[in-house]
Amino acid sequence: MKLKNYGEGIVKGMAVTMKNALRRPITTQYPEQKLNVSRRTRGNQLVWNKEACIACSMCARACPVNCITMVTSRDENKKLKVDKMDYDAGVCIFCGLCVEACPQKCLFLSTDYEKARYSRKDLQLTKEDILMTEKSKPSGYYSPEHEAKLPIQTLLIDRK
Amino acid sequence: MSIFSNVIPTVIHAAPLAPDWPSGFWSHLIIFVVILFIFYIFMAMAFIYFERRVISRFQIRIGPNRIGPFGLFQPVADVIKILIKEDIIPGNVDKIIYILAPAVAVVPSILVFAVIPFQNGTALIDLNIGILYIVAISSVSTVGLVMAGWSSNNKYALISAMRIIAQVVSYEIPMALAILGVVLFSGTLSMNGIVQAQTVPYILLQPLGFVIYFLASMAEINRTPFDLLEAEGEIVAGFNIEYSGFKFALFFLTEYAEAIAVSAIITTLYLGGWKGPFLPPILWFLIKVFAVFALIIWVRATLPRLRIDQVMGFAWKCLLPLAILNLLITACQVVFWPALSQWIIAGVNIVLSAVLVVLWSRFFRLTGDKVEA
Repeated sequence: MKLKNYGEGIVKGMAVTMKNALRRPITTQYPEQKLNVSRRTRGNQLVWNKEACIACSMCARACPVNCITMVTSRDENKKLKVDKMDYDAGVCIFCGLCVEACPQKCLFLSTDYEKARYSRKDLQLTKEDILMTEKSKPSGYYSPEHEAKLPIQTLLIDRK
Repeated sequence: MSIFSNVIPTVIHAAPLAPDWPSGFWSHLIIFVVILFIFYIFMAMAFIYFERRVISRFQIRIGPNRIGPFGLFQPVADVIKILIKEDIIPGNVDKIIYILAPAVAVVPSILVFAVIPFQNGTALIDLNIGILYIVAISSVSTVGLVMAGWSSNNKYALISAMRIIAQVVSYEIPMALAILGVVLFSGTLSMNGIVQAQTVPYILLQPLGFVIYFLASMAEINRTPFDLLEAEGEIVAGFNIEYSGFKFALFFLTEYAEAIAVSAIITTLYLGGWKGPFLPPILWFLIKVFAVFALIIWVRATLPRLRIDQVMGFAWKCLLPLAILNLLITACQVVFWPALSQWIIAGVNIVLSAVLVVLWSRFFRLTGDKVEA
Protein backbone atom coordinates (compact mmCIF):
# COMPACT_ATOMS: atom_id res chain seq x y z
CA MET A 1 0.00 0.00 0.00
CA LYS A 2 1.47 3.28 -1.08
CA LEU A 3 0.91 6.16 1.29
CA LYS A 4 -0.64 8.52 -1.24
CA ASN A 5 -3.84 10.52 -1.70
CA TYR A 6 -4.76 10.73 1.96
CA GLY A 7 -5.26 14.48 1.86
CA GLU A 8 -1.66 15.63 1.68
CA GLY A 9 -2.58 17.77 -1.35
CA ILE A 10 -4.71 19.97 0.90
CA VAL A 11 -1.80 20.43 3.30
CA LYS A 12 0.49 21.35 0.40
CA GLY A 13 -2.04 23.88 -0.86
CA MET A 14 -2.40 25.41 2.59
CA ALA A 15 1.40 25.74 2.79
CA VAL A 16 1.43 27.57 -0.55
CA THR A 17 -1.22 30.09 0.53
CA MET A 18 0.55 30.64 3.83
CA LYS A 19 3.80 31.32 1.98
CA ASN A 20 1.97 33.91 -0.11
CA ALA A 21 0.39 35.46 2.97
CA LEU A 22 3.83 36.17 4.41
CA ARG A 23 5.03 37.88 1.22
CA ARG A 24 5.11 41.62 0.73
CA PRO A 25 1.89 42.83 -0.96
CA ILE A 26 2.32 43.28 -4.68
CA THR A 27 -0.22 46.09 -5.00
CA THR A 28 0.68 49.74 -5.48
CA GLN A 29 -1.21 52.34 -3.46
CA TYR A 30 -1.81 54.46 -6.52
CA PRO A 31 -2.18 58.14 -5.69
CA GLU A 32 0.61 57.94 -3.10
CA GLN A 33 2.87 55.45 -4.82
CA LYS A 34 3.48 55.56 -8.54
CA LEU A 35 5.37 53.21 -10.77
CA ASN A 36 7.77 54.46 -13.42
CA VAL A 37 6.37 54.00 -16.89
CA SER A 38 8.38 52.56 -19.75
CA ARG A 39 11.10 54.98 -20.79
CA ARG A 40 10.05 54.82 -24.44
CA THR A 41 6.33 55.09 -23.68
CA ARG A 42 4.10 56.07 -26.57
CA GLY A 43 0.52 56.92 -25.71
CA ASN A 44 0.53 60.23 -23.88
CA GLN A 45 -0.08 63.66 -25.31
CA LEU A 46 2.57 65.75 -27.08
CA VAL A 47 5.08 68.11 -25.52
CA TRP A 48 6.58 70.89 -27.58
CA ASN A 49 9.82 72.80 -27.30
CA LYS A 50 8.77 76.27 -28.40
CA GLU A 51 12.28 77.77 -28.63
CA ALA A 52 13.65 75.16 -31.01
CA CYS A 53 10.63 75.15 -33.33
CA ILE A 54 11.20 76.62 -36.78
CA ALA A 55 7.49 76.62 -37.71
CA CYS A 56 7.90 74.30 -40.67
CA SER A 57 4.51 72.61 -40.11
CA MET A 58 5.97 69.20 -40.89
CA CYS A 59 4.23 67.74 -37.85
CA ALA A 60 0.82 68.95 -39.02
CA ARG A 61 1.43 67.45 -42.48
CA ALA A 62 2.65 64.13 -41.07
CA CYS A 63 -0.37 63.68 -38.83
CA PRO A 64 -2.66 60.99 -40.31
CA VAL A 65 -5.70 62.15 -38.36
CA ASN A 66 -5.10 65.89 -38.66
CA CYS A 67 -5.12 66.58 -34.96
CA ILE A 68 -2.35 69.18 -35.20
CA THR A 69 -3.20 72.58 -36.67
CA MET A 70 -0.28 74.95 -37.17
CA VAL A 71 -0.75 78.49 -38.47
CA THR A 72 2.43 80.46 -39.19
CA SER A 73 3.34 83.97 -40.35
CA ARG A 74 6.47 86.00 -41.10
CA ASP A 75 7.72 88.46 -38.53
CA GLU A 76 9.58 91.72 -39.27
CA ASN A 77 12.85 89.83 -39.93
CA LYS A 78 11.00 87.64 -42.46
CA LYS A 79 11.41 84.72 -40.15
CA LEU A 80 8.59 82.19 -39.76
CA LYS A 81 6.84 82.23 -36.40
CA VAL A 82 4.08 80.08 -34.95
CA ASP A 83 0.78 81.91 -34.53
CA LYS A 84 -1.31 78.93 -33.65
CA MET A 85 -0.41 75.42 -32.60
CA ASP A 86 -3.60 73.55 -31.78
CA TYR A 87 -3.47 69.93 -30.76
CA ASP A 88 -6.60 67.82 -30.18
CA ALA A 89 -5.55 65.06 -27.76
CA GLY A 90 -8.95 63.45 -28.11
CA VAL A 91 -8.36 62.81 -31.81
CA CYS A 92 -4.67 61.91 -31.56
CA ILE A 93 -3.83 58.24 -32.11
CA PHE A 94 -0.35 58.57 -30.55
CA CYS A 95 1.34 57.07 -33.60
CA GLY A 96 4.41 59.26 -33.19
CA LEU A 97 4.70 60.19 -36.89
CA CYS A 98 4.84 63.91 -36.03
CA VAL A 99 7.73 63.21 -33.65
CA GLU A 100 9.58 61.37 -36.40
CA ALA A 101 8.81 64.10 -38.95
CA CYS A 102 10.13 66.99 -36.87
CA PRO A 103 13.45 68.17 -38.39
CA GLN A 104 14.46 70.11 -35.24
CA LYS A 105 13.50 67.39 -32.76
CA CYS A 106 11.34 69.80 -30.82
CA LEU A 107 8.16 67.70 -30.61
CA PHE A 108 7.86 64.65 -28.36
CA LEU A 109 5.37 62.29 -26.84
CA SER A 110 5.34 62.77 -23.06
CA THR A 111 5.65 60.54 -20.02
CA ASP A 112 2.76 62.23 -18.18
CA TYR A 113 -0.15 59.75 -18.13
CA GLU A 114 -2.67 61.47 -15.84
CA LYS A 115 -4.46 63.35 -18.58
CA ALA A 116 -8.08 62.29 -18.16
CA ARG A 117 -10.56 65.16 -18.45
CA TYR A 118 -14.22 65.59 -17.71
CA SER A 119 -15.25 66.82 -21.18
CA ARG A 120 -14.00 66.43 -24.71
CA LYS A 121 -13.59 70.19 -25.01
CA ASP A 122 -10.84 70.11 -22.40
CA LEU A 123 -8.80 67.86 -24.66
CA GLN A 124 -8.50 70.51 -27.39
CA LEU A 125 -5.18 71.99 -26.40
CA THR A 126 -3.42 75.16 -27.53
CA LYS A 127 0.28 75.87 -27.68
CA GLU A 128 0.42 76.96 -24.03
CA ASP A 129 -0.92 73.58 -22.90
CA ILE A 130 1.72 71.43 -24.56
CA LEU A 131 4.85 73.22 -23.42
CA MET A 132 7.47 71.28 -21.51
CA THR A 133 7.01 71.41 -17.75
CA GLU A 134 8.49 69.63 -14.79
CA LYS A 135 5.69 67.08 -14.84
CA SER A 136 5.30 66.61 -18.55
CA LYS A 137 8.69 65.46 -19.77
CA PRO A 138 9.53 64.13 -23.23
CA SER A 139 9.50 60.34 -23.41
CA GLY A 140 12.33 58.40 -24.96
CA TYR A 141 10.32 57.58 -28.05
CA TYR A 142 12.49 58.45 -31.12
CA SER A 143 14.90 60.41 -28.94
CA PRO A 144 17.59 58.31 -27.21
CA GLU A 145 19.03 61.41 -25.52
CA HIS A 146 15.83 61.87 -23.53
CA GLU A 147 15.50 58.14 -22.86
CA ALA A 148 18.87 58.15 -21.10
CA LYS A 149 17.65 60.83 -18.66
CA LEU A 150 14.48 59.00 -17.60
CA PRO A 151 14.30 56.53 -14.67
CA ILE A 152 14.11 52.82 -15.48
CA GLN A 153 10.64 51.32 -15.58
CA THR A 154 9.54 49.55 -12.37
CA LEU A 155 8.37 46.03 -12.98
CA LEU A 156 6.29 44.15 -10.40
CA ILE A 157 8.24 41.03 -11.29
CA ASP A 158 11.31 42.64 -9.70
CA ARG A 159 9.51 42.90 -6.35
CA LYS A 160 10.29 40.14 -3.95
CA MET B 1 -8.33 11.07 39.74
CA SER B 2 -5.51 13.16 41.11
CA ILE B 3 -3.44 12.62 37.95
CA PHE B 4 -5.87 14.99 36.22
CA SER B 5 -3.67 17.96 36.96
CA ASN B 6 -4.98 21.28 35.75
CA VAL B 7 -2.62 21.96 32.85
CA ILE B 8 -4.37 25.11 31.72
CA PRO B 9 -3.68 27.60 34.47
CA THR B 10 -6.67 29.86 34.77
CA VAL B 11 -6.79 33.44 35.89
CA ILE B 12 -9.88 33.56 38.02
CA HIS B 13 -10.32 37.22 38.82
CA ALA B 14 -13.53 36.57 40.60
CA ALA B 15 -15.74 33.70 41.50
CA PRO B 16 -18.05 32.64 38.67
CA LEU B 17 -20.80 35.16 38.20
CA ALA B 18 -24.11 34.31 39.74
CA PRO B 19 -26.57 33.02 37.14
CA ASP B 20 -28.77 36.05 37.75
CA TRP B 21 -26.03 38.71 37.92
CA PRO B 22 -26.34 41.64 38.70
CA SER B 23 -29.57 41.19 40.66
CA GLY B 24 -32.61 39.23 39.76
CA PHE B 25 -34.03 37.80 36.56
CA TRP B 26 -35.18 40.90 34.67
CA SER B 27 -32.10 43.08 35.13
CA HIS B 28 -29.92 40.10 34.10
CA LEU B 29 -32.05 39.49 31.02
CA ILE B 30 -32.09 43.12 29.87
CA ILE B 31 -28.39 43.76 30.50
CA PHE B 32 -27.28 40.59 28.75
CA VAL B 33 -29.63 41.01 25.79
CA VAL B 34 -28.21 44.50 25.22
CA ILE B 35 -24.61 43.29 25.66
CA LEU B 36 -25.16 40.31 23.35
CA PHE B 37 -26.82 42.41 20.68
CA ILE B 38 -23.98 44.94 20.69
CA PHE B 39 -21.49 42.06 20.67
CA TYR B 40 -23.36 40.49 17.75
CA ILE B 41 -23.36 43.62 15.59
CA PHE B 42 -19.79 44.64 16.41
CA MET B 43 -18.38 41.15 15.98
CA ALA B 44 -20.15 40.79 12.62
CA MET B 45 -18.56 44.05 11.46
CA ALA B 46 -15.21 43.06 12.94
CA PHE B 47 -15.38 39.70 11.18
CA ILE B 48 -16.19 41.31 7.84
CA TYR B 49 -13.22 43.65 8.24
CA PHE B 50 -10.98 40.85 9.53
CA GLU B 51 -11.91 38.51 6.69
CA ARG B 52 -11.30 41.15 4.03
CA ARG B 53 -7.91 42.06 5.48
CA VAL B 54 -6.77 38.47 6.00
CA ILE B 55 -7.99 37.12 2.66
CA SER B 56 -6.20 40.00 0.92
CA ARG B 57 -2.97 39.01 2.66
CA PHE B 58 -3.37 35.51 1.26
CA GLN B 59 -3.87 37.05 -2.19
CA ILE B 60 -0.76 39.29 -1.78
CA ARG B 61 -2.96 42.39 -1.53
CA ILE B 62 -3.39 44.93 1.27
CA GLY B 63 -7.17 45.02 1.54
CA PRO B 64 -9.41 47.93 2.58
CA ASN B 65 -7.18 50.68 3.98
CA ARG B 66 -8.79 53.94 2.93
CA ILE B 67 -11.61 54.65 5.38
CA GLY B 68 -10.29 55.45 8.82
CA PRO B 69 -7.02 54.15 10.27
CA PHE B 70 -6.14 50.84 8.55
CA GLY B 71 -9.54 50.94 6.85
CA LEU B 72 -11.23 50.19 10.15
CA PHE B 73 -14.41 52.03 9.22
CA GLN B 74 -14.87 50.14 5.97
CA PRO B 75 -17.64 47.90 7.39
CA VAL B 76 -19.44 51.03 8.66
CA ALA B 77 -19.33 52.50 5.17
CA ASP B 78 -20.58 49.20 3.74
CA VAL B 79 -23.48 49.13 6.19
CA ILE B 80 -24.46 52.71 5.34
CA LYS B 81 -24.24 51.95 1.64
CA ILE B 82 -26.34 48.82 1.89
CA LEU B 83 -28.99 50.46 4.07
CA ILE B 84 -29.62 53.42 1.75
CA LYS B 85 -30.12 51.12 -1.23
CA GLU B 86 -33.60 50.71 -2.66
CA ASP B 87 -35.54 47.84 -1.08
CA ILE B 88 -36.93 46.05 -4.13
CA ILE B 89 -39.72 43.49 -3.97
CA PRO B 90 -39.92 41.87 -7.41
CA GLY B 91 -43.33 41.46 -9.05
CA ASN B 92 -44.01 37.75 -8.94
CA VAL B 93 -42.51 36.74 -5.61
CA ASP B 94 -44.46 35.02 -2.86
CA LYS B 95 -44.71 38.22 -0.87
CA ILE B 96 -45.33 37.06 2.70
CA ILE B 97 -42.63 34.38 2.63
CA TYR B 98 -40.26 36.68 0.75
CA ILE B 99 -40.51 39.34 3.47
CA LEU B 100 -40.48 36.81 6.32
CA ALA B 101 -37.41 34.87 5.11
CA PRO B 102 -34.61 37.27 6.24
CA ALA B 103 -36.12 37.50 9.73
CA VAL B 104 -36.43 33.71 10.00
CA ALA B 105 -32.79 33.40 8.95
CA VAL B 106 -31.36 36.08 11.24
CA VAL B 107 -33.19 35.38 14.51
CA PRO B 108 -31.76 31.86 15.17
CA SER B 109 -28.27 33.15 14.42
CA ILE B 110 -28.73 35.69 17.25
CA LEU B 111 -30.29 33.13 19.60
CA VAL B 112 -27.19 30.90 19.45
CA PHE B 113 -25.20 33.49 21.43
CA ALA B 114 -27.48 33.10 24.45
CA VAL B 115 -25.56 30.09 25.80
CA ILE B 116 -21.97 30.88 24.79
CA PRO B 117 -19.87 31.50 27.91
CA PHE B 118 -17.57 34.53 27.56
CA GLN B 119 -15.95 33.82 30.87
CA ASN B 120 -16.73 31.62 33.82
CA GLY B 121 -20.52 31.61 34.02
CA THR B 122 -20.91 34.81 31.99
CA ALA B 123 -23.66 34.03 29.55
CA LEU B 124 -27.25 35.05 29.09
CA ILE B 125 -28.20 31.66 30.46
CA ASP B 126 -26.10 28.61 31.28
CA LEU B 127 -28.50 25.97 30.00
CA ASN B 128 -27.78 22.45 31.18
CA ILE B 129 -28.52 21.32 27.60
CA GLY B 130 -26.49 24.17 26.04
CA ILE B 131 -24.86 22.34 23.16
CA LEU B 132 -28.08 20.52 22.26
CA TYR B 133 -29.83 23.91 22.18
CA ILE B 134 -27.16 25.22 19.78
CA VAL B 135 -27.49 22.24 17.44
CA ALA B 136 -31.27 22.60 17.44
CA ILE B 137 -31.43 26.38 17.02
CA SER B 138 -28.68 26.86 14.45
CA SER B 139 -30.36 24.53 11.97
CA VAL B 140 -33.50 26.68 12.00
CA SER B 141 -31.58 29.36 10.05
CA THR B 142 -31.66 27.00 7.09
CA VAL B 143 -35.45 27.28 6.95
CA GLY B 144 -35.09 31.02 6.34
CA LEU B 145 -32.66 30.47 3.50
CA VAL B 146 -34.90 27.84 1.91
CA MET B 147 -37.89 30.17 2.23
CA ALA B 148 -35.89 32.91 0.48
CA GLY B 149 -34.89 30.60 -2.34
CA TRP B 150 -38.38 29.20 -2.74
CA SER B 151 -40.30 32.48 -2.66
CA SER B 152 -38.00 34.40 -5.00
CA ASN B 153 -39.57 32.93 -8.15
CA ASN B 154 -36.13 32.55 -9.67
CA LYS B 155 -34.59 29.34 -10.91
CA TYR B 156 -31.13 30.07 -9.54
CA ALA B 157 -32.57 30.84 -6.11
CA LEU B 158 -34.57 27.62 -6.24
CA ILE B 159 -31.53 25.52 -7.20
CA SER B 160 -29.69 27.15 -4.33
CA ALA B 161 -32.53 26.33 -1.92
CA MET B 162 -32.47 22.69 -3.01
CA ARG B 163 -28.72 22.56 -2.47
CA ILE B 164 -29.06 24.08 1.01
CA ILE B 165 -31.54 21.41 2.04
CA ALA B 166 -29.39 18.56 0.72
CA GLN B 167 -26.11 19.89 2.12
CA VAL B 168 -27.08 21.28 5.50
CA VAL B 169 -29.29 18.35 6.49
CA SER B 170 -26.54 15.87 5.55
CA TYR B 171 -23.83 17.67 7.48
CA GLU B 172 -25.96 18.02 10.64
CA ILE B 173 -25.42 14.33 11.36
CA PRO B 174 -21.59 14.09 11.45
CA MET B 175 -21.58 17.46 13.24
CA ALA B 176 -23.84 16.23 16.04
CA LEU B 177 -21.91 12.93 16.30
CA ALA B 178 -18.61 14.81 16.58
CA ILE B 179 -20.04 16.95 19.36
CA LEU B 180 -21.13 13.80 21.21
CA GLY B 181 -17.46 12.80 21.59
CA VAL B 182 -16.81 16.00 23.53
CA VAL B 183 -19.94 15.49 25.58
CA LEU B 184 -18.83 11.95 26.50
CA PHE B 185 -15.47 13.20 27.76
CA SER B 186 -16.83 16.15 29.69
CA GLY B 187 -19.95 14.40 30.99
CA THR B 188 -22.08 17.51 30.57
CA LEU B 189 -24.09 19.27 27.87
CA SER B 190 -23.70 22.69 29.46
CA MET B 191 -21.31 24.94 27.53
CA ASN B 192 -19.76 26.36 30.70
CA GLY B 193 -19.50 22.86 32.13
CA ILE B 194 -17.62 21.68 29.02
CA VAL B 195 -15.12 24.51 29.41
CA GLN B 196 -14.64 23.78 33.09
CA ALA B 197 -14.15 20.07 32.35
CA GLN B 198 -11.30 20.76 29.92
CA THR B 199 -8.08 20.19 31.85
CA VAL B 200 -6.52 19.30 28.50
CA PRO B 201 -8.00 21.13 25.47
CA TYR B 202 -10.30 18.67 23.75
CA ILE B 203 -8.58 19.30 20.40
CA LEU B 204 -5.88 16.95 21.73
CA LEU B 205 -8.30 14.40 23.15
CA GLN B 206 -10.60 14.53 20.13
CA PRO B 207 -8.42 15.38 17.11
CA LEU B 208 -10.61 13.44 14.69
CA GLY B 209 -13.76 14.88 16.25
CA PHE B 210 -12.31 18.37 15.83
CA VAL B 211 -11.56 17.80 12.14
CA ILE B 212 -15.03 16.33 11.54
CA TYR B 213 -16.75 19.14 13.43
CA PHE B 214 -14.66 21.78 11.66
CA LEU B 215 -15.42 20.43 8.17
CA ALA B 216 -19.09 19.79 8.92
CA SER B 217 -19.59 23.25 10.37
CA MET B 218 -17.85 24.79 7.37
CA ALA B 219 -20.52 23.09 5.28
CA GLU B 220 -23.23 24.20 7.71
CA ILE B 221 -22.29 27.87 7.42
CA ASN B 222 -21.58 27.53 3.69
CA ARG B 223 -17.96 28.65 3.74
CA THR B 224 -15.85 28.29 0.67
CA PRO B 225 -15.02 24.68 -0.08
CA PHE B 226 -18.73 24.00 0.49
CA ASP B 227 -20.28 27.27 -0.69
CA LEU B 228 -22.46 25.58 -3.28
CA LEU B 229 -25.52 27.58 -2.36
CA GLU B 230 -23.96 30.80 -3.55
CA ALA B 231 -21.63 29.42 -6.20
CA GLU B 232 -21.04 32.59 -8.20
CA GLY B 233 -19.95 30.83 -11.36
CA GLU B 234 -22.93 28.50 -11.43
CA ILE B 235 -26.00 30.09 -9.88
CA VAL B 236 -25.07 33.80 -9.71
CA ALA B 237 -25.65 34.51 -6.01
CA GLY B 238 -27.90 31.72 -4.83
CA PHE B 239 -30.88 32.16 -2.57
CA ASN B 240 -30.40 35.91 -2.03
CA ILE B 241 -30.31 36.83 -5.73
CA GLU B 242 -33.61 38.77 -5.61
CA TYR B 243 -32.86 40.54 -2.33
CA SER B 244 -31.47 44.04 -1.92
CA GLY B 245 -31.14 46.71 0.72
CA PHE B 246 -31.94 45.85 4.30
CA LYS B 247 -33.19 42.33 3.57
CA PHE B 248 -29.92 41.47 1.85
CA ALA B 249 -28.06 42.99 4.79
CA LEU B 250 -29.90 40.60 7.11
CA PHE B 251 -28.79 37.59 5.05
CA PHE B 252 -25.24 38.92 5.03
CA LEU B 253 -25.42 39.40 8.80
CA THR B 254 -26.74 35.84 9.20
CA GLU B 255 -23.81 34.45 7.24
CA TYR B 256 -21.24 36.21 9.40
CA ALA B 257 -23.14 35.60 12.64
CA GLU B 258 -23.07 31.90 11.87
CA ALA B 259 -19.32 32.15 11.27
CA ILE B 260 -18.91 33.88 14.65
CA ALA B 261 -21.12 31.26 16.30
CA VAL B 262 -19.15 28.36 14.79
CA SER B 263 -15.84 29.94 15.80
CA ALA B 264 -17.18 30.47 19.33
CA ILE B 265 -18.49 26.89 19.54
CA ILE B 266 -15.19 25.42 18.32
CA THR B 267 -13.41 27.61 20.87
CA THR B 268 -15.69 26.41 23.63
CA LEU B 269 -15.74 22.72 22.73
CA TYR B 270 -12.20 22.08 21.56
CA LEU B 271 -9.89 24.94 22.54
CA GLY B 272 -10.69 25.41 26.19
CA GLY B 273 -13.07 28.39 25.84
CA TRP B 274 -12.21 31.25 28.16
CA LYS B 275 -9.36 29.37 29.90
CA GLY B 276 -5.83 30.62 29.53
CA PRO B 277 -2.93 32.11 31.43
CA PHE B 278 -2.11 35.77 32.18
CA LEU B 279 -4.83 37.50 30.13
CA PRO B 280 -8.41 38.00 31.29
CA PRO B 281 -10.78 35.19 30.22
CA ILE B 282 -12.88 37.35 27.89
CA LEU B 283 -9.74 38.33 25.97
CA TRP B 284 -8.65 34.69 25.69
CA PHE B 285 -12.08 33.84 24.37
CA LEU B 286 -11.91 36.55 21.68
CA ILE B 287 -8.34 35.64 20.69
CA LYS B 288 -9.34 32.01 20.19
CA VAL B 289 -12.47 32.97 18.24
CA PHE B 290 -10.44 35.12 15.86
CA ALA B 291 -7.79 32.39 15.53
CA VAL B 292 -10.44 29.85 14.52
CA PHE B 293 -11.90 32.31 12.05
CA ALA B 294 -8.43 32.93 10.60
CA LEU B 295 -8.16 29.18 10.01
CA ILE B 296 -11.53 29.25 8.23
CA ILE B 297 -10.31 32.11 6.03
CA TRP B 298 -7.07 30.24 5.35
CA VAL B 299 -9.07 27.26 4.10
CA ARG B 300 -11.20 29.62 1.99
CA ALA B 301 -8.09 31.15 0.45
CA THR B 302 -6.74 27.73 -0.48
CA LEU B 303 -9.41 25.28 -1.54
CA PRO B 304 -11.66 25.44 -4.61
CA ARG B 305 -15.35 24.67 -4.49
CA LEU B 306 -16.45 21.03 -4.52
CA ARG B 307 -19.04 19.63 -6.88
CA ILE B 308 -22.45 18.87 -5.36
CA ASP B 309 -22.06 15.07 -5.66
CA GLN B 310 -18.60 15.32 -4.09
CA VAL B 311 -20.04 17.34 -1.20
CA MET B 312 -22.77 14.81 -0.56
CA GLY B 313 -20.38 11.87 -0.96
CA PHE B 314 -17.96 13.48 1.48
CA ALA B 315 -20.68 13.82 4.12
CA TRP B 316 -22.17 10.33 3.84
CA LYS B 317 -19.21 8.20 2.85
CA CYS B 318 -16.38 9.90 4.71
CA LEU B 319 -17.48 12.11 7.60
CA LEU B 320 -20.42 10.02 8.86
CA PRO B 321 -18.55 6.67 9.23
CA LEU B 322 -15.55 8.44 10.73
CA ALA B 323 -17.80 10.29 13.17
CA ILE B 324 -19.46 7.04 14.25
CA LEU B 325 -16.05 5.36 14.71
CA ASN B 326 -14.80 8.37 16.66
CA LEU B 327 -17.85 8.19 18.91
CA LEU B 328 -17.32 4.45 19.43
CA ILE B 329 -13.63 4.88 20.30
CA THR B 330 -14.43 7.75 22.67
CA ALA B 331 -17.16 5.77 24.38
CA CYS B 332 -14.81 2.80 24.88
CA GLN B 333 -12.13 5.05 26.34
CA VAL B 334 -14.57 6.72 28.72
CA VAL B 335 -15.97 3.37 29.86
CA PHE B 336 -12.79 1.29 30.09
CA TRP B 337 -10.06 3.81 30.98
CA PRO B 338 -11.81 6.37 33.17
CA ALA B 339 -8.77 6.84 35.43
CA LEU B 340 -6.06 6.96 32.77
CA SER B 341 -4.08 10.17 32.33
CA GLN B 342 -5.65 12.39 29.68
CA TRP B 343 -2.24 12.90 28.08
CA ILE B 344 -1.99 9.17 27.31
CA ILE B 345 -5.51 9.18 25.88
CA ALA B 346 -4.60 12.24 23.82
CA GLY B 347 -1.54 10.48 22.39
CA VAL B 348 -3.53 7.34 21.58
CA ASN B 349 -6.28 9.37 19.94
CA ILE B 350 -3.91 11.44 17.79
CA VAL B 351 -2.29 8.26 16.46
CA LEU B 352 -5.68 6.58 16.00
CA SER B 353 -7.16 9.49 14.07
CA ALA B 354 -4.13 9.71 11.77
CA VAL B 355 -4.48 5.98 11.05
CA LEU B 356 -8.23 6.32 10.48
CA VAL B 357 -7.84 9.27 8.09
CA VAL B 358 -5.22 7.43 6.06
CA LEU B 359 -7.30 4.21 6.08
CA TRP B 360 -10.43 6.06 5.00
CA SER B 361 -8.62 7.78 2.17
CA ARG B 362 -8.08 4.25 0.72
CA PHE B 363 -11.81 4.12 -0.04
CA PHE B 364 -11.64 7.21 -2.26
CA ARG B 365 -9.59 6.77 -5.38
CA LEU B 366 -9.14 9.13 -8.27
CA THR B 367 -10.32 7.81 -11.60
CA GLY B 368 -9.85 10.43 -14.28
CA ASP B 369 -11.69 13.52 -13.11
CA LYS B 370 -14.04 11.62 -10.84
CA VAL B 371 -13.67 10.83 -7.17
CA GLU B 372 -15.42 7.58 -6.48
CA ALA B 373 -16.09 5.74 -3.30
